[in-house]
Amino acid sequence: MSLLSDHRKREESVTFSSEPAGMGETHELLTLNFGPHHPATHGVLRLLVTLEGEVLRDVKPIIGYVHTGIEKTAEDKSYWKAIPVVERMDYLAYYFNAMAYCGAVETLLGLEVPPRAQYLRVIHLELNRIMSHLVWLGTSALDLGAMSMFWYCFRERETILDLFEMSSGQRMHTRYIQIGGVIEDIPAGFARKLQAFLDEMPRRADQYADLLEKNEILLGRLRDTCPLDAETLLGLGVTGPLLRAAGVPWDLRKAQPYSSYDQFDFKIPVGSVGDNYDRFRVRHAELYESVKIIQQALNGLPEGPHIVDDRKVTLPPRHELATSMEALIHHFKLVTEGFRVPEGECYYPIEGPRGEYGCFVRADGSAKPARVHMRDPSFVNLQATAPMVKDAYIADFIATLAMIDPVLGGVDR
Amino acid sequence: MSPPVAARRGGWPVPDPGGLEAIAQALREADPDCILGTTHVNGRAEIQIEPSRNVPVLEWLRDRGYTFLASLHGVDYYPHEPRLGVIYELLDMREVDRVSVKARVSTDDARIASVTFMWPGADFQEREVYDMFGVEFEGHPDLRRILMPEDYEGFPQRRDFPTGGEPVLFTHNETDGYGADR
Amino acid sequence: MSVFADVNYFEPWWIQILKAILIFAVIFGVLPILTVYERKLLGRFQHRYGPNRVGPYGLMQPLAEIVKFARKEAFRPTTSVGFLFHLAPALSILTAVGGLALIPWGGVQNILGTNVGLYGIDVSVGPLYVFALAGISFYGILLGGWASGSKYSFLGSMRAAAQLISYEVSQGLSLVGVLITAQTLSLTGIVNAQRGMWYVIPQLCGFLIFMVASFAETNRAPFDLVEADAELVGGYFTEYGGTPFVAYLFAEYVNMMVVSAMATTLFLGGWLLPFGIHPPGWVDPFVVVAKMMLFMTLFIWIRATLPRLRYDQLMSFGWKVLLPLATLNLLVTAIIVVA
Repeated sequence: MSLLSDHRKREESVTFSSEPAGMGETHELLTLNFGPHHPATHGVLRLLVTLEGEVLRDVKPIIGYVHTGIEKTAEDKSYWKAIPVVERMDYLAYYFNAMAYCGAVETLLGLEVPPRAQYLRVIHLELNRIMSHLVWLGTSALDLGAMSMFWYCFRERETILDLFEMSSGQRMHTRYIQIGGVIEDIPAGFARKLQAFLDEMPRRADQYADLLEKNEILLGRLRDTCPLDAETLLGLGVTGPLLRAAGVPWDLRKAQPYSSYDQFDFKIPVGSVGDNYDRFRVRHAELYESVKIIQQALNGLPEGPHIVDDRKVTLPPRHELATSMEALIHHFKLVTEGFRVPEGECYYPIEGPRGEYGCFVRADGSAKPARVHMRDPSFVNLQATAPMVKDAYIADFIATLAMIDPVLGGVDR
Repeated sequence: MSPPVAARRGGWPVPDPGGLEAIAQALREADPDCILGTTHVNGRAEIQIEPSRNVPVLEWLRDRGYTFLASLHGVDYYPHEPRLGVIYELLDMREVDRVSVKARVSTDDARIASVTFMWPGADFQEREVYDMFGVEFEGHPDLRRILMPEDYEGFPQRRDFPTGGEPVLFTHNETDGYGADR
Repeated sequence: MSVFADVNYFEPWWIQILKAILIFAVIFGVLPILTVYERKLLGRFQHRYGPNRVGPYGLMQPLAEIVKFARKEAFRPTTSVGFLFHLAPALSILTAVGGLALIPWGGVQNILGTNVGLYGIDVSVGPLYVFALAGISFYGILLGGWASGSKYSFLGSMRAAAQLISYEVSQGLSLVGVLITAQTLSLTGIVNAQRGMWYVIPQLCGFLIFMVASFAETNRAPFDLVEADAELVGGYFTEYGGTPFVAYLFAEYVNMMVVSAMATTLFLGGWLLPFGIHPPGWVDPFVVVAKMMLFMTLFIWIRATLPRLRYDQLMSFGWKVLLPLATLNLLVTAIIVVA
């Protein structure tokens, strides 16, 4: 009892700075609790919202409802066994989580990832980006009231998940990206299915545009709503499509190419005003660019090993275990103890569907990471909610929240 | 095991060791005590600073072009002292240049000045570091726990905090509450 | 009997009662099928099947759901106002059903030697009666939202109030053109006045305004701000469950039917068929139902396609576009009729 009231008392410390002057005697603001279970928060996000009629005066995000201590758990696992838990942070961008983490560990090890593995990573990262954007598009359209879009987007997402299942055996949290490369080469028939998807996807994206962007209601809902200028966004640490929508052409794939992104020809969609419409268009345009990247990676897929040939780091091929004593020893060592990483720290940022996924790994020389921290874009971008939606309508607030696209697994980790 | 390579292979630019020293030297000239050391390993340029001087150093770096605070996170260096580290990952977007600034504080006096007035985006991240490591950010507008419950005790990301040390709250056999009177 | 309004055709009292029971029974038999129809159609629009587990083609689905809803625990928030909380859904469904009495399903037929009008009653103020009921039906929403004691419900009912005022005016004005042309307020009279030409052609503008306003009146997409599930969870019925919720749900469907029937009667010539086809009298109700289904399908189609308007857009559209248009339509019609 006292515990609960203490908690409530502390919650009262959430202050609202936006009480307009002259209120109090006859008027008061309405404080509304959005979430943690609310259809529009896309997870367990709680927002304390202050309303003046239909107009929103202030919003405070309260997070932590799906905090599962992944960063702590990762400290208790050997390096390569931490990949599955790291993947579960942002559950719509599992390849990106794994890529950032593996990239950090590879840097600490000084590993050179073979080109084929890099290309395979790019293919899957971009598929993941399309998949994440499709979920975003479907759920945002649902929030705006265009509910059929949800099913159309999930239809294409299903194809991507099937591709994931084909290459890795899992539809979600695939654990495909390994330290030193990828777990397996793509199976026979994958390229053909992928090609079919690549031919299909731009047409589907055109259809989405026809359905949404030529709709007067949707344009009215998105245009000139909740803009935020680039300077404020940069101060808030916002990255990804939100920043690009405000006209800053910042994309780590171009600026600091990793995993051979410099070998592909693609464009960075950039908005002009930074309103919801730009945010929408930038993400939608990225669907096409990702398709272009995958097409190039598929066409130019180099021959060679799919994982680095370093038996101290990567598991030996299964068939060798039956014939080679050394392979068996390596296998045993890796599975039981894992590999040791020399002391050091690394911050490895990559460009995810929501912005900069930066993985900080500190190695203390043992077989387990001493610290794994994911700088998750959802977590940082969520701070932009309040400046964006101040003095907007409730409906615009919902639309903006959809455009920010926070994934609560990534926010709370 | 291959030794750590001096420069990141296929990586992105950071200030080369000379450039990092130049930055450190300029900072030393401004304030002789602010820099504790520099490291340039694995393609990571890092400046260790005196925690009480973090704001002037970061301001200086920001004015020099490192305008974007990419990430702010905490580390526990247990059993080394001072145990806790607060790391600022700074980014120069024009030169595409990253530099890390690390301030180490001890658990007894875990306090450091907040940088939210420079980067409002540090708000949540400083709260997270406070929540997980117990570093108090002086001048933070709203320093409360962010991920853990408000009434939580302890700082779970510290290395001496055990995993699995959190009792799960099962209510089945409680004497009061729903279902107890059945 | 003519205290309130003149009733154009008088029948024995037992026929009145029989008709009331028949209309009620048929509508409440059709309603569940309509919900399946909507869900099936939505499913097809969205690349899925819709309900197909219970009964043939999922036709028994509503039955299963009614059983489910009826067995729900009746609860209400502690902050709710008990009496109004229970009254509101009843008010909603009663007013919605009341509108059904007006719908002319056909002309006067001779059945077994008795002259029977294929409608509940035919009052001389038909459209006004429907508007009056629609006005009262919003009390159901308002009171329900307010009495729930929930902020989401409250916001939903606030929106409902604003929406009612904005759109009922335009809806009413859009009809006046028809009334002027037909020179009667009796719904059967209006149908009979369309023997030459359905009013959808001369009153196209009025028809479109009426349809748009009808979407707003029935709280259907894209004007479903009142229940806007992404914003207000469920709007005015957030706190309702079980049978009161079903009452609200059915009220929405009955309102849709009434509005469709009104559009059929006023603009699509009611039970009349084009090209001088005169089927026997018993076909008339089926013609009306077929035309109503057209509108119902439109309602569902729009719901599957369009996003939701914003509150201020809804207001400005109602006051700045629909109302001037409706007024202009009325003026032009009046000038043409008089001249």
